Amino acid sequence: MSREGNAATCDRLSTIFVPSVGVLPEPVEALLETALVCELTVVDPSGLPVTHPLIPFYDGELIYLTSSILFSRKLEHIKGNPRVSLSISDPVAVDVERFARATIQGDATVDDSDLHAGWERVLPLWRKKEPAIDMFLGKRVALPLFFERAVIEIRPTRAFFWEGGRTDRPPQVFELATAVA
Amino acid sequence: MKPTAELIAGLQERFGHAVIAFVDEDGYPLSVATEFRADPGRGVVVLNAIAGDTVQPPEEERVNVVFSHIRPQPGIGYDERRYVSLWGAVRRTEGALEFEPDRVQQWDEQEMSFFEFSERGVPQARRYLDQVSTETGRTVKPRLSFGWLFLRATRLPFLTATFVPILLGIAVAAWTNGFNWWLALLTLLGGACIHLGLNVANDVFDTTSGADEANVNPTQFSGGSRVVLYGLITLRTLALLSLGFYAVGIAIGVGLAAMRGWDLLWLGVAGALLSFFYTAPPLKLVHRGLGEIVVALGFGPIMALGAYFVQAREYGLEPLLVSIPVGILIALVLYVNEVPDRPADAATGKRTLPVRFSKDTVVNGYIAAVALAFGLIAVFAISGLIVRPAIIALAAAPLALPVIRALRESYEQPYALMPAMGKNIQLHLATGVLLILGYVVALVADAL
Repeated sequence: MSREGNAATCDRLSTIFVPSVGVLPEPVEALLETALVCELTVVDPSGLPVTHPLIPFYDGELIYLTSSILFSRKLEHIKGNPRVSLSISDPVAVDVERFARATIQGDATVDDSDLHAGWERVLPLWRKKEPAIDMFLGKRVALPLFFERAVIEIRPTRAFFWEGGRTDRPPQVFELATAVA
Repeated sequence: MKPTAELIAGLQERFGHAVIAFVDEDGYPLSVATEFRADPGRGVVVLNAIAGDTVQPPEEERVNVVFSHIRPQPGIGYDERRYVSLWGAVRRTEGALEFEPDRVQQWDEQEMSFFEFSERGVPQARRYLDQVSTETGRTVKPRLSFGWLFLRATRLPFLTATFVPILLGIAVAAWTNGFNWWLALLTLLGGACIHLGLNVANDVFDTTSGADEANVNPTQFSGGSRVVLYGLITLRTLALLSLGFYAVGIAIGVGLAAMRGWDLLWLGVAGALLSFFYTAPPLKLVHRGLGEIVVALGFGPIMALGAYFVQAREYGLEPLLVSIPVGILIALVLYVNEVPDRPADAATGKRTLPVRFSKDTVVNGYIAAVALAFGLIAVFAISGLIVRPAIIALAAAPLALPVIRALRESYEQPYALMPAMGKNIQLHLATGVLLILGYVVALVADAL
């Protein structure tokens, strides 16, 4: 399937174009807003996918992840190849009425312009999912490099959604308007 | 690293589902969850087939299969983090995808603490900072506020090791001779400066020897301040800080000797030299297995006798005797803190007692030393060699019990030992405070 294709060349069973710019389909948003963990897949210089469990944040337009410089190889990989994928797959880690699974593809950028404090702009979103983050941040002196962090911003271009988490059934595929914006 | 059959066999018990990630035709990675079962005998993971043309993993290319687990803790966050990431080829069979991994990367916080996991990332962090510096054309460094950096670089909370013997020496002098507030404050300040100079010098030499870098199990009580290793401060600044503390400490010592008697100088010189050559070449006393004795002398008799001399203008037997248990207990603080450091210490030639002896010997040595310290307090107090109310210091002895238990049960687990390290410091502090209190009680009783 080509990224430049249209609905006819997308998944023939269930491709949906989302009219609103930069907004994920509602059921995918619902998953993102409660997920305590997602799997971020990046591509390393040899072309191999490398997946990292991370906590995702979403502000209605972009998906945000943060990465300590201690675990910054993923940041190097994104700088080399900004194409990423993010899946929400763990039924234990999402608090929704009806479990589902989703995968979002997109283009990522790394904001490491202020490693010390720049990431704190996502702290309000982080706090909602992990209230203990404030306690950890209060002990910054104990883990100073852990709190030197970059922000990964993902602009979604396509989303896959599996009702009931059933990946033995074809997904709904959402070509997002931002993909051609 | 190739995954073992044991690892594959354990996947089903440790994880509820798998995520298969591959690169799609557009060059985007694509990750899809599925159920799985392990077949360790054949070294494969059988993944349930995934439906839909657009999400089919390629057979001829290497894919990444990830197993991830957390346990949500509502209102807090989550714990029990673990993941296993496998790479290998996948082939289609009837109704399934057979995945044969040949490479693994994993972390389980119940097997490797988050602190150690983080510490192992320090070389990557430094490399990334270098890259960002190159990209931006400016030096990018990690930061801490001045207060936190000072606290971390100097290891300020360890000053209790100095305050206890100095206050004890002053208390004995107040009992036997008399007491001067200003001299007491100057003594505390001078002793603190020498101690901070030692802490910082220790980090300077542990950085240059590679001991800090070799240690991936630092705790809040061991493994040094690591401020140079983390790039928070330069080695030169740290060295200057150490020299500054020594300069102020020595100046105060010389001033006190000029005011109170030059006999103080010999003790001061001995203390400063022991402190500096604790890790400094050419003596490097800690590398020769003398670290514990040096610490016992420096933070026991030398400080207590010095503080006593400043007040009393003479040396005495009583401050020497009462400082011996305190010296033993502070040496035991170092001794227990050296337990998690021993692989790194051994690698860099630091022949500490835990490096040289077996676990049983180290634990028995701890028990014997604690018994000796409290036995001496009892004998000295009962015999009247120190004031009798000082016997209340025996009340601190039970604090040694959790330390002994932790040494027996968690000798190989640095982070499980951390509470015991804290308790061991409390043992020294509580004993010292109770000994001082014994002298205060004696003074009050005498005044009544």
